[in-house]
Amino acid sequence: MREEHVIEAEGLTKMFGTFTAVDHITFDVKKGEIFGFLGANGAGKTTAMRMLCGLSKPTAGRATVAGCDIVREPERVKRNIGYMSQKFSLYEDLQVWENIRLFGGIYGVAEREMAQKTDDMLRRLGIYGEKNTPVKRLPLGWKQKLAFSVAIFHEPKVVFLDEPTGGVDPRARRQFWEMIYEAADRGITVFVTTHYMDEAEYCDRVSIMVDGRIDALDSPGGLKRQFGVGSMDEVFYKLAREAKRGE
Amino acid sequence: MRQRVKVQGGESAGRTGGKGVFAAFVKKEFRHVVRDKRTMLIVLAMPVVQIILFGFALSSEIRNVNVAVLAPHYDEQVRRIVERMDASEYFTVTGMLTSDKDVDMAFRDGSADMILAFGGGFDEVYTVEGTEIQLIADATNTNTATTMVMYATNIISNSLTDGQQEMKAGIVPDIRMLYNPQMKSSYGFVPGVMGLIIILICAMMTSVSIVREKEQGTMELLLVSPMRPIMIIISKMVPYLVLSFIDFLMIVLLSVTVLDVPMAGSFGALCVLALLYIIVALSLGLLISTKVESQMAAMLGSGMVLMVPSMFFSGMIFPVESMPLFFQWLSKILPPSWFITGVKKLMIEGLPAMYVAKETLILTVMAVVLIAASLKNFKYRLE
Amino acid sequence: MTLRYLLEKEFKQFFRNPFLPKLVLAFPVLIMLVIPWIMTMDIKNIGVTVVNHDSGGAAERLIRKIETSEYFILNGVEHDYEEALTALEYAKTDAIVEIPADFDRRLTTEGSAPVQVSINAVNDMKGALGANYLGALCNEFSRETLGGAVGQGGAAAAPKIEIVTQNRYNPYLDYKMFMIPALMVIVLLLLGGFLPALNIVGEKEKGTIEQINITPVSKFTFIFAKLIPYWVMGLLVLSVCMLLAWLVYGLAPQGNVGIIYLFSVLFILAVSGFGLIVSNYSDTMQQAMFVMFFFMLIFMLMSGLLTPLRSMPDWAQYMTVINPPRYYIEMMRMVYLKGGMLADLQTQLWALVAIDAVLGTWAVLSYRKRE
Repeated sequence: MREEHVIEAEGLTKMFGTFTAVDHITFDVKKGEIFGFLGANGAGKTTAMRMLCGLSKPTAGRATVAGCDIVREPERVKRNIGYMSQKFSLYEDLQVWENIRLFGGIYGVAEREMAQKTDDMLRRLGIYGEKNTPVKRLPLGWKQKLAFSVAIFHEPKVVFLDEPTGGVDPRARRQFWEMIYEAADRGITVFVTTHYMDEAEYCDRVSIMVDGRIDALDSPGGLKRQFGVGSMDEVFYKLAREAKRGE
Repeated sequence: MRQRVKVQGGESAGRTGGKGVFAAFVKKEFRHVVRDKRTMLIVLAMPVVQIILFGFALSSEIRNVNVAVLAPHYDEQVRRIVERMDASEYFTVTGMLTSDKDVDMAFRDGSADMILAFGGGFDEVYTVEGTEIQLIADATNTNTATTMVMYATNIISNSLTDGQQEMKAGIVPDIRMLYNPQMKSSYGFVPGVMGLIIILICAMMTSVSIVREKEQGTMELLLVSPMRPIMIIISKMVPYLVLSFIDFLMIVLLSVTVLDVPMAGSFGALCVLALLYIIVALSLGLLISTKVESQMAAMLGSGMVLMVPSMFFSGMIFPVESMPLFFQWLSKILPPSWFITGVKKLMIEGLPAMYVAKETLILTVMAVVLIAASLKNFKYRLE
Repeated sequence: MTLRYLLEKEFKQFFRNPFLPKLVLAFPVLIMLVIPWIMTMDIKNIGVTVVNHDSGGAAERLIRKIETSEYFILNGVEHDYEEALTALEYAKTDAIVEIPADFDRRLTTEGSAPVQVSINAVNDMKGALGANYLGALCNEFSRETLGGAVGQGGAAAAPKIEIVTQNRYNPYLDYKMFMIPALMVIVLLLLGGFLPALNIVGEKEKGTIEQINITPVSKFTFIFAKLIPYWVMGLLVLSVCMLLAWLVYGLAPQGNVGIIYLFSVLFILAVSGFGLIVSNYSDTMQQAMFVMFFFMLIFMLMSGLLTPLRSMPDWAQYMTVINPPRYYIEMMRMVYLKGGMLADLQTQLWALVAIDAVLGTWAVLSYRKRE
């Protein structure tokens, strides 16, 4: 079982005071899968993801990521994952290659491989020409590409993407998903939150969170069949209608 | 919130902005300030803790001076002088040295601040040609050294003339200490600490809050609203004005109740002076905010950089009269100097309000100049 | 190994900041060049206004004596006390000496006469010194006028005892020499404290700390990488200050410079560690700044930098036991002025080491990678 499931969560819960942000969620993610984590704003997606990344301590429940317990050994979890937060969080005052170098270095990429790997990656992204550009001068679409590349630069087992395509045009989103597929092909498990329903269709399996709970979990086709509708949009609306939390 | 404000102000109010809009803006700013509980706590608690701490602890009075004695013979006369020294409130005799070599040691290990060295043949002083008493002072702190030597000289002279028949002769000065008969250090420090805390808190709060809006891009949102820029700025300053004034009131209250600093003059006049000073300080923060781009620069500029001149040039620690003339002039362009002088006159000397007319006038001029300068800068940036 | 990459980042960020490098250079230089000139507690030029009710020669002589004294400035002679008091209230003069109408007569007939002295004592130091100087002046005047008479009245064998003063370590009584080491401490304290306090919380506000927290970097490495630049900066700033002190004021340490650097390393760790702790606990830069400002004032004013420790009440002196600048300034003055050696500074050394151990550990522990 362990080998197959890269993420296993059981009754994972997070409370802020009396507010239950994440309410006993249980699910697992298979190796090499693209797992879509859907939900309205405020449904608890980011909180759940932060717990899995070892950035937030669960109030109750347990989970393992890449075979490591997120409660007891968060630092071991971190060695095996990559993360791209909703808000762009690379160093704006550093140049493109300097950001890659910093995080490569932290994850233990060897000094002699660093330059070669950096160049390869920038070429693959098609932003080799911006190698020496300070990050703050990159357009948003490119920043997101860069953030994703930094997240997978050290070849993690799982990469967590928190609304990675927010605020960019459809073409850039399309390109971004091509990068995701490419990573998945190389065997990296992708855990992605989004509220674009067309993106949900790209995932192997999708879970939908409502008010901190996972109300549905299946492949996009399975969900459509289950709710008897023709699109993920409709699945989402059916579920979201029951939500009690506002924005 | 902002949406609603815009609608309320609407086109009818034009760029002038009605009273309702202004009130809404002020309310918004208040909410911003009150929400950050930790900053609020610090801003309100800081003056309380500091005025109490410094009021009691800051003092340059001489006390507990350690004195070591170096005497070849420990005779009657030496003993009398040493006892006199020890009995004085300023000196504590800590030990006897036997040789010149011990002097340096005693100074270095801190067991002595001053050494009383008696010359040879002291006991035969009445019969032979005389002798000398040497006061060797650790003069690293020249200020303390001068004072302790002065006190010691007095004690020794008195002790020497003691045996003789005292004759009241010459001029007998009858000295009165005006305004501070108990010679409390806090009388001097309280106005200084007050001036320092108010200017730094005000300048930091204003500059940071405006620069943060610039940094986050929310300033643009405010500027497209129907309010005039000056009203936006004023609405940002109102909460800080209120907070600082509360700070001021707490400082006065504590000074009077805990530190026994008198409130001898008109309290109303003092409030007016403080209000003016707060406005000057807020305007200074405003000016800084128009000059810098990042929060960090705003904070270090208004907090750290401003702290140094406010502390050293305002007469809080070093008397302005003793500074070279150029620096005396420099101190005159600093708002705290005037505020501190004014507070001393009103609180401690208890002079009528008209005595601070000059200070009031100068602070007013400063406020006008600072506001005009920052508005000019502000507009320039918008264009 | 990770440390190296983190350090590269810290230094690049520092030098690319449009404000910080300028500040770190200009702040110490300006302070060292300007502030020493105003650091004087010498109270000279005490303004005196005389109210003279007597027309005799003795009164005139007394006035002349005040006028020629190096401590006093004669601001005028009035005939009315109210006039003089107004001048004092307007801060045009500091003291009033009132000579009574029968001054001359009593001095010649009774051999003694009172003089009324009123001093503005809002500044207690100034009041006390003014009173002392005036007292001494009166004594001298009496000796000059009645000299012979008083001496003979005493005893034929008046003891010829001379009181001689010797000022060690600062023979010219230059207060600057005492305060310049303190200024260096202030510079290091402010830069070494405020900059780290804004650092981590700045990363929090920008969100970049998230990307660091998600990595397996150890807390210790991260904090250590934050500290090292402040060591480098602090030691450079200190060197600039020491150089300026020597070039501009001719002040060079009497003792071993190595001791100063040893203590500086310890001191910077203490204040920068404290700054990082504050930064770790703060949510916004503004919070960090205010908290830091609060402590900075306490650190500075309760360390003996500006007022003597010994003058504080006992409870306040106990509080300074945990105040890092206290030990650092004691060392600075000891080494700079008295040529103290490491053996003289054991207390200060171990106190700083203990403070460092606590603050360093705390700085690492208070950095939370997980909520």
